[in-house]
Amino acid sequence: MSMLALSGAIEAGLLFSLVALGVYISFRVLNFPDLTVDGSFPLGAAATAVAIVSGINPLLATLIGTGAGACAGFVSAYLNVRFRILNLLAGILTMVALYSINLRVMGRPNISLYGEETIFTPFDGLLGLGIWTNAVVLLAIAVAMKFAVDWFLATEIGLALRASGENPVMARAQSVDNDRMTLIGLTISNGLVGLAGSLFAQSQGVADVSMGIGTIVTGLAALIIGETLLGSLKVGWATLGCLAGALLYRFFIALALSAGFLGIQAQDLNLVTAVVVAVAVVLSRARRKHPLHLRTRLQRLFARPQGQKGA
Amino acid sequence: MLSICDAYVTFNPGTPIAVPALRGVDLDLAPGEFVTVIGTNGAGKSTLLSAVAGDVRLDRGGIYVDGHDVTRWPTERRASLIGRVFQEPRAGTCSSLTVEENLALAASRGGRRRLRLALGRGAERARLKEHLARLGMGLEDRLGAHVGTLSGGQRQALSLLMATLLPMKILILDEHTAALDPGAAATILALSSEITGEQRLTTLMVTHSMRNSLDHGERTIMMNAGRVLLDIRGDERKGYDVPDLLALFKKTTGKAVEDDQLVLA
Repeated sequence: MSMLALSGAIEAGLLFSLVALGVYISFRVLNFPDLTVDGSFPLGAAATAVAIVSGINPLLATLIGTGAGACAGFVSAYLNVRFRILNLLAGILTMVALYSINLRVMGRPNISLYGEETIFTPFDGLLGLGIWTNAVVLLAIAVAMKFAVDWFLATEIGLALRASGENPVMARAQSVDNDRMTLIGLTISNGLVGLAGSLFAQSQGVADVSMGIGTIVTGLAALIIGETLLGSLKVGWATLGCLAGALLYRFFIALALSAGFLGIQAQDLNLVTAVVVAVAVVLSRARRKHPLHLRTRLQRLFARPQGQKGA
Repeated sequence: MLSICDAYVTFNPGTPIAVPALRGVDLDLAPGEFVTVIGTNGAGKSTLLSAVAGDVRLDRGGIYVDGHDVTRWPTERRASLIGRVFQEPRAGTCSSLTVEENLALAASRGGRRRLRLALGRGAERARLKEHLARLGMGLEDRLGAHVGTLSGGQRQALSLLMATLLPMKILILDEHTAALDPGAAATILALSSEITGEQRLTTLMVTHSMRNSLDHGERTIMMNAGRVLLDIRGDERKGYDVPDLLALFKKTTGKAVEDDQLVLA
């Protein structure tokens, strides 16, 4: 694999770790299988691209993309809690509608950001890292977002959100408004996905209306690979797993593509993704016993006597 | 403290499988009163609790807690006035949260939850440990343990603590020892009596056991077919034993109690 391919894989991995964080909040924490993602990812890209092309500051443009994604999540949640539309269907409806909306936002199927100033531009000369600049900036953002999600899920609202997803009956008895939690959770989740789309467009130099296809599956793949490796019981480990899973996933995809492994070509990517998710789900069922379960092995290595754990 | 006025609930109304679950229940609980509710299966005792908690809406009548008309309040709003322990230990606690996180969730019940870290430090944590130590289950040393790793009895004790952690108006115990082994059930019942007595909590406890219904609290209600059949309290209640209840049930309804569990438990 060339250095360029490697840095590209790491960039993509870090971008999709943001999607994985979003998917973690909806699928895992909130127990809401949200398919809005395939629409909110290109929406984030489209909104940011339009903003940048019309001369808006890239940082502000990124925030606009994030906010647009968040709005999409809110719509899905609203369809579900207000009109009691099945959660899967609510996400699908928003996703389908977003295809048209994204075309409207951009006014055409794609917008090139070639030569435009992006959020990465100021770092080009500053860091002197050449092709690794984007990867380093994205790493900083991904790590920041991981800790932001960790922090949020440890706040009073975050705890209520986790309880609502796992045990809505108990949550209500503790005065948690489950509908409100769905609205908050999906808004944040799709905000992260919108941010990923926005950064994707800026690092790849293009926003395309069809770039969202398969986002949810890639996000899930990253999430499940992370869970398989690091476990999912503690928030901090699960979010770390999102980063590790996405990076590993994109790395192996890049490896397979560059080595011509099994004759895999770029157009096979979605098939490979689907197969990886299916295999990862099967693996994660047996993960407690599975030798791949890195965290179990780490814990065995650094085993402490029970009861001394701080928190 | 709690008033239930002329409460009617019908499940599947207007269909061939319509079930009248409550048919005109009137009940008043004085502040600090501990009332046990007993009845055969389908008598309406669980529906009554659900109606008080807010999970079941009344077709007719009203529910008042501490002067608030809560008839139209959703469950989560009533939770500021009502603490509740469920029958199933899994129902009242969150498996994937730690003991401390479950308690933190209970500590913010009824208030406005904000974007600040839920777990306290130092003094606050010490206070939680004190509460947990009183349960006598060793939970004070397991603040960071996930609740999914606790036993049924431990979970139910935690559930009881969560329900009574904050000052509130009504405590609902919904057959909260039915899913436990006899030893754990006795421990939880004793804890319930201790906590309610100490905090002078107005309590509504549904039980399947006639023995328990007479041994705990100061007033016993027997329900049948969606109505309050017997209401025994004061000196009258002191003289009662299980056979007396059975005889009274037979005299009032003209039928013997067929539910073995009621007699044996």
